[in-house]
Amino acid sequence: MSRSSAIEVVNVSKNFGDYTALDHVDFKILQNEFFTLLGPSGCGKTTLLRMIAGFETPSSGTLLLNGHEIAQMPAHKRRVNTVFQNYALFPHMTLSQNIAFGLKNLGWDKARITTRVGEMLEMVHMEQFAARKPDQLSGGQRQRIALARALAAEPEVLLLDEPLSALDLKLRQAMRDELRRLQRETGITFVFVTHDQEEALDMSDRIAVMGKGRVQQIGTPKEIYEDPHNRFVADFIGDTNFLDGEVIALNGGTATIRTALGTEITTTHQGVTGLGPATMSIRPEKIGVGDQAEGVILSGTVQARNYMGGFTHYTVQIGDQTLRLSRRNAHSHQDSLEIGDTVQVGFRETDARVLGQ
Amino acid sequence: MSKSFRFWGLVPAWALMILTLIIPILIVAGVSVAERGAYGGFTWSFDLSSYQQILYSVGWTDELEFDPKYVAIIGRTLLFAGGATLISLLLALPVAYYISQQSARLKIILLYLVTLPFWVSMIVRVYAWLIILGNDGLLERVYRMFGGADISGFLFTPGAMITGMVYSYIPLMILPVYASVEKIDPALIEASHDLYGGRWTALKRVILPLAAPGLTAGSILVFVPCLGTVLEPMLLGGGKQLMMGTLIQTQFGGARNWPFGAAIAMVLLVLVVLVLLLNARRARSQMEAAL
Repeated sequence: MSRSSAIEVVNVSKNFGDYTALDHVDFKILQNEFFTLLGPSGCGKTTLLRMIAGFETPSSGTLLLNGHEIAQMPAHKRRVNTVFQNYALFPHMTLSQNIAFGLKNLGWDKARITTRVGEMLEMVHMEQFAARKPDQLSGGQRQRIALARALAAEPEVLLLDEPLSALDLKLRQAMRDELRRLQRETGITFVFVTHDQEEALDMSDRIAVMGKGRVQQIGTPKEIYEDPHNRFVADFIGDTNFLDGEVIALNGGTATIRTALGTEITTTHQGVTGLGPATMSIRPEKIGVGDQAEGVILSGTVQARNYMGGFTHYTVQIGDQTLRLSRRNAHSHQDSLEIGDTVQVGFRETDARVLGQ
Repeated sequence: MSKSFRFWGLVPAWALMILTLIIPILIVAGVSVAERGAYGGFTWSFDLSSYQQILYSVGWTDELEFDPKYVAIIGRTLLFAGGATLISLLLALPVAYYISQQSARLKIILLYLVTLPFWVSMIVRVYAWLIILGNDGLLERVYRMFGGADISGFLFTPGAMITGMVYSYIPLMILPVYASVEKIDPALIEASHDLYGGRWTALKRVILPLAAPGLTAGSILVFVPCLGTVLEPMLLGGGKQLMMGTLIQTQFGGARNWPFGAAIAMVLLVLVVLVLLLNARRARSQMEAAL
């Protein structure tokens, strides 16, 4: 049985004057899904989120929430709540009053509101702070109250606008786990906006990678990382080597490409429509060096080395091409390669991808 | 900072305050208990009859009779000043909010326009309202143009006085209200819509509470000068409806009763100080509640 969709974005475009923020965007977000809109700034992800919240209207196309059209419905009538980027907690209200705000507007009776506010404070472990004001809290605590406030009325969809960007690194990691837990516990559909690919890969059930006002690819974190549909996605998610080349044979889902490395590589392709120019992508961690080199073996010279603790990144010159590769530091004080060393590098053909122009 | 600087550094400020505030108030207080001179002026003494005159008049047989004449003037002053303040507040809030939503450039231009009337003499500006409200004036002509009945008599009414007061002092309301409205994060208004609140909820539960400091400051800035205003009751009220300002003026002028004028001035001063004290107490209790 396929899950029904919580939100359907139907052929939506949005123009601000001459600027096209969204260009015929069309996809579905499923029930109970942790869905992430990922992309660089200016890619349209925030515009799309604000449109679902009701703060923007599409120039064309429409939006469905659980099958009902909402494109023209005012924000306060949508069963959708938002965790704002800087939390937007009401500074003149206590934390309890902040959480009760939406429930009051929905006309809940006093006793029910009090119970619910208590439950929400407990859910985010902030019971003892109920009577405080937002400016007496740390960033992480404000984040939790913003979550509690947005979840209090059990919305059909929860929108999160880069909610972790204002937190420091340690706290961000902890809040990722917290958000995942809340999503599982409440079963509410989460739509999460971020420009941080690591966050997206870590937390999401599915990711929509956005760029230039379009959805570039939708898939699970693994699909997005391992099988990027185009150069934009391969470049934005993770690190990769791009090698320009020429497709000399095409056979269903596989293509054979000849690059400046001098060898012919036959592997899976995406978006190659015919023979001619294309790009090969190979990720640094999939390239072995020394005794770990396997598959296509090439010989080169170490040109640069960046020690990162868990990994060491090397840049190796092969002919007039360079390849970046990373090597896991599996043992302490492991032998490292020196700049100028001649080394064997290699990768399996199947780990490379051929991307159309 | 050395101790002597801390003392001597404040001397200019103290001198200014004593010369321009303390001494004049003491003189007025002194005159209010002095004896009335036959042709204006006064002779120093200690006589509380001027204060007595505010509440009582002296009958044929020297007995004191309660006379509400002056209490009515004080009451009217409070009522008109309060009304003008309330109207200014209701008009200033949307104006200030509108200005706060504009681009940075337009904001500066609009704020400049708000303060523009201050560059023209107050008398000239209030006179302009004589032309607007007067018999066969602008208001009546426009009213007739749109098919209204042939009516007159806008001028020399309490309405005309309050209109003039609102007009004169509303910039003093707009500026502080703007200052507090402008600081409200637009995300807070979006958050209130997001949490199922319509426009009215956003206004009542987010904008008004956050704009409260500006609304209070503006109300004081309008209410206090309205209490002592002279021009509007004189020109637009036609002198028919006395307010405290005009009463003081007539006592020092035509009536030649300086001590009584000074006594009314002292009552006015006490009213103003009361308003400020009440506000200070409210602000302090609010600050304590916030901590």
